[in-house]
Amino acid sequence: MIRVENLHKSFGEEEVLKGISTSFEKGKTNLIIGQSGSGKTVFLKCLLGLFEAETGKIFYGTKAIQEMNDDEKKELREHMGMVFQGGALFDSMTVEENVMFPLRMFTKKKKEEMLHRVNEVLTRVNLVNANKKFPSEISGGMQKRVAIARAIVNNPRYLFCDEPNSGLDPKTAILIDNLIQEITQEYDITTVINTHDMNSVMEIGEKIVFLQKGNLAWEGDNTQIFKTTNKDVTDFVYSSDLFKKIRDIQNMEN
Amino acid sequence: MKYLADIGSYFIMLGNVFSRPTKTSVIKELIYKEIDELVINSLGIVIFISFFVGGVVAIQTALNIDNPLIPSYLVGFATRQSVILEFAPTFISIIMAGKMGSFITSSIGSMRVTEQIDALEVMGINSLNYLVYPKVIALLLYPFVIAIAMFLGILGGWVAGVYGGFSTSDAFIQGLQEDFKPFHVVYAFIKTFVFAFILATVPSWQGYFMKGGALEVGKASTNSFVWTSVLIILANYIITSLLLS
Repeated sequence: MIRVENLHKSFGEEEVLKGISTSFEKGKTNLIIGQSGSGKTVFLKCLLGLFEAETGKIFYGTKAIQEMNDDEKKELREHMGMVFQGGALFDSMTVEENVMFPLRMFTKKKKEEMLHRVNEVLTRVNLVNANKKFPSEISGGMQKRVAIARAIVNNPRYLFCDEPNSGLDPKTAILIDNLIQEITQEYDITTVINTHDMNSVMEIGEKIVFLQKGNLAWEGDNTQIFKTTNKDVTDFVYSSDLFKKIRDIQNMEN
Repeated sequence: MKYLADIGSYFIMLGNVFSRPTKTSVIKELIYKEIDELVINSLGIVIFISFFVGGVVAIQTALNIDNPLIPSYLVGFATRQSVILEFAPTFISIIMAGKMGSFITSSIGSMRVTEQIDALEVMGINSLNYLVYPKVIALLLYPFVIAIAMFLGILGGWVAGVYGGFSTSDAFIQGLQEDFKPFHVVYAFIKTFVFAFILATVPSWQGYFMKGGALEVGKASTNSFVWTSVLIILANYIITSLLLS
């Protein structure tokens, strides 16, 4: 579980996060949503420790990251997996080497054991016969799968995903969403996903945190979000014609 | 103020390069890879340039000697001095600032743009140690490249001098041995080590701290060449003043 208390982050005079307090639960897919510029990415980077917040605390388990020494932070990061928006695969390495990378860095396993684990997670993300290919030789959807495989290969306690569906067709996007949710439940990890894709919200939004101009404007789950009267949330949810039409049809039926 | 901040960030980077080391077995592999990419892959261009520039130095020296009082062995002497003192260590290093430096900046800059450096940091890896330290260690072999440049520069001078009819082989070799000071070779290698450190770290700094997209990677590569060349020339002046004057 990750607990955030009164998190503030500024860049110069611009305050990007204005006192966010929330929690992300273990074994669930937790979504951070909001418009572009709402502070989602900064929030995610604060959670990852890539940005240091001015005030506020982020608790991983019982200890705040701000109170950890370098060794504790290093150990925590070994238990984190991250799926970046563009995959962030190492382009000089093959798929197999990319997935094996965390094992080589943090374990003392023999090469055969590492290869066995790599094949195991690549099979889990439905990616076979791509071991020897380079990232530039595979599709965007396959790159996302490799990124997920790399993120989970070392059995992380925390999985972070930044816009995992960006650049993917709707069908592949749903497959990736479902894969992340299945892995979250299977490995019982705390997953935090940064997205503005309403399909993801509907599919896997077990806990949703809505950010608006650096404030936490609403939180709930994927059934509550369609019933809320919070104007900022409804404006965001029904910003697409598809969702407006669905709402109109539901209103007519009611 | 910006220059001060840049100098500060360069030295902070150096501090981080040598702290929180990456796993030994991984770093060893990276060092071998960097030796291949930075040192071995540079040999072709170094061999080509050294041989022909050495030849040009010999020809130009010979063509400018029209006084019969000047001994004929001067062609070999001038070629040796030019190649060992300046051409091999300094001129080749500036060429390497273009070849090696652009490669380092663009490869690290691309990793920054595509969030690969963020990926390393999230995993708890000291990205500066992982990316820059192997380059610094690999370039400890840079003096071997310069030694090859020295040898081939002089060989090119001998070939051009003798087969071009500007000098006899005996006179050229006499010139090579005339007033030879071993300290000049030591001086050349001392500055080669300094240039190697500049070649490994300045382009890395340019790539690591760049912001933006593909266009900025190109700009960073250009800046990298400019700053690496400027620092090599400044370091050359300072080392020469300290060791030879």
